[in-house]
Amino acid sequence: MRVMGSETEYGIHAPSAPGANATMMSARVIQAYAQITRQKTAGGAETRWDYTDEEPLHDARGWTLERSAADPSQLTDQPPVLDAEAVALAYGRQELEADGSDEAGSLLMNMVLGNGARLYVDHAHPEYSSPEVTNPLAAVTWDAAGDLVALAAVRKLAADPELPPINLYKNNTDNKSVSYGSHENYLMPRSVPFGEIVRGLTPFFATRQVICGAGRVGIGQDGSRPGYQISQRADFFEAEVGLETTIRRPIINTRDEPHATADKYRRLHVIIGDANLSQVSNYLKFGTTAMVLSLIEAGQAPKLELHEPVAALQEISHDTSLSTTVRLLDGRRVTALDIQWIYYEAAAKLAQETSVSDAVSGDGHTQGVLERWESVLTLLGSNPPAAASSVEWLAKLALLEGYRRRDGLQWGDARLGLVDLQWSDIRPEKGLYYRMLARDRMQRMVDDGAIARAAVEPPSDTRAFFRGKCVSTFGKQVVGASWDSVIFDVPGIGKLQRVPTREPLRGTESLTGELFRKHTTAEGFLGELLGPPPAPRG
Amino acid sequence: MAAQEQQQPQSRDTEIEDEVPEAPPAAPEAQASAATQGVDDLLDEIDGVLESNAEEFVRAFVQKGGQ
Repeated sequence: MRVMGSETEYGIHAPSAPGANATMMSARVIQAYAQITRQKTAGGAETRWDYTDEEPLHDARGWTLERSAADPSQLTDQPPVLDAEAVALAYGRQELEADGSDEAGSLLMNMVLGNGARLYVDHAHPEYSSPEVTNPLAAVTWDAAGDLVALAAVRKLAADPELPPINLYKNNTDNKSVSYGSHENYLMPRSVPFGEIVRGLTPFFATRQVICGAGRVGIGQDGSRPGYQISQRADFFEAEVGLETTIRRPIINTRDEPHATADKYRRLHVIIGDANLSQVSNYLKFGTTAMVLSLIEAGQAPKLELHEPVAALQEISHDTSLSTTVRLLDGRRVTALDIQWIYYEAAAKLAQETSVSDAVSGDGHTQGVLERWESVLTLLGSNPPAAASSVEWLAKLALLEGYRRRDGLQWGDARLGLVDLQWSDIRPEKGLYYRMLARDRMQRMVDDGAIARAAVEPPSDTRAFFRGKCVSTFGKQVVGASWDSVIFDVPGIGKLQRVPTREPLRGTESLTGELFRKHTTAEGFLGELLGPPPAPRG
Repeated sequence: MAAQEQQQPQSRDTEIEDEVPEAPPAAPEAQASAATQGVDDLLDEIDGVLESNAEEFVRAFVQKGGQ
């Protein structure tokens, strides 16, 4: 359908060590997973990140922010520095001195995994960035694989009697004014004017929460007003368009870091989504957004403009009855569902015209997205509780309403706040989403076996295949990697070999699978891939 | 930005559960109580896995900024 991928920043908490340094704890999570993969693969699968092509200050509107004008949190092109002071604050100086293996300098903050993903410390959270995939079902699969990766690290840390156990939560706020993101990325042709993207996406982004919001107890950034709302993230957005992701968050983010051939592609960096555990909500989030981008590229996006998009986003989130209307620039007042139906109709029409939804000649995914989208919108309009097995905010709400009814709890009750938080605990025995899944109260689209495989294996149809296979096959010789490169250090060759991977749809199994099957050594592999090394000059 | 203050939702008085438009012909009460029973079983299970001392646990969950 389209190249896409997800990023999840996990909430991190050590109940037995309140106040522990979050960056330090996050590094422990990465470290724990590195230890696990080292056990699994002969060469050691941890690989350092190559920062060469990171450009977080490039703005899609055509300029670059001065470094001095940027918020420090925007400088994501530098490895995070975990200095001795931070370590000492977190664990005490004696421990730092006693435990030589955990010196700040040697703490791993960044890994590339055998499934093509990146696992790293982002500010004060562990983050999993999925490998590039080409359809929403694969996006759900490799996103859920990240939860398994995080779970494996949590288990490893819990088994260490020396360290406090660490819990990870797939949510987006601590309900104390802090939010952390779950981002989506979509590959687009650079030829599409950015203004068209903003116009076409804004009404869609303000309203798609009704199908993919994860639900939140509490209203306002600090959650202090009692109540329940559709989206985890809505109250944290303050601007319509902008470069920032940590302050003054915009509905449309302009970070222009294509991680690919820059004159051909743009990577649309979407920061407005909620982290989803519900597979159907996650599937629809990726699938419908990809289809709206196709509408924009075809010049057929609905001509809608919201009067005040940020206010509309929040009003819609605050109304679980779905009856709130928001004003369009032409004066009409419409509900979120009205807007979603307008986008659905346009997407269905374009899919039919271009045959991508055709049973025989189609792409095999668009029709499935359209069917789910239509059925969920229909249920939301007629009988919302019936959509609770697929729509995450309704599933969480059903559970909360159960507690309210049985125990007579008010919305401000701490127990409801705990249900909201623990919904997203990634441990299946503690996470309430997983308890609902086990009782078949949540629909599955991908089975557990496929998710477990995706935690280890890369997708076959993007450059993530090449990246992942390099790491799992030649891990010892891979000294760095990023979205658009893999760097080898092969004994006997004087300099590092950097293999660029700037075309997201190359490096696939069909293009490179044979090479990996044929070569058992990095030397032979690179020799065939890059040609013979230049003859030494005499 | 501050606009959300004036536009408080008015949704709380619309009770979703009350509007089941097409009641099934046979024994709606029995069905409803079966559904409630299912939820109660679920709640019993969840009671067993919820962290103890909700108030303290929720208060201690403090995150640093993220994206």
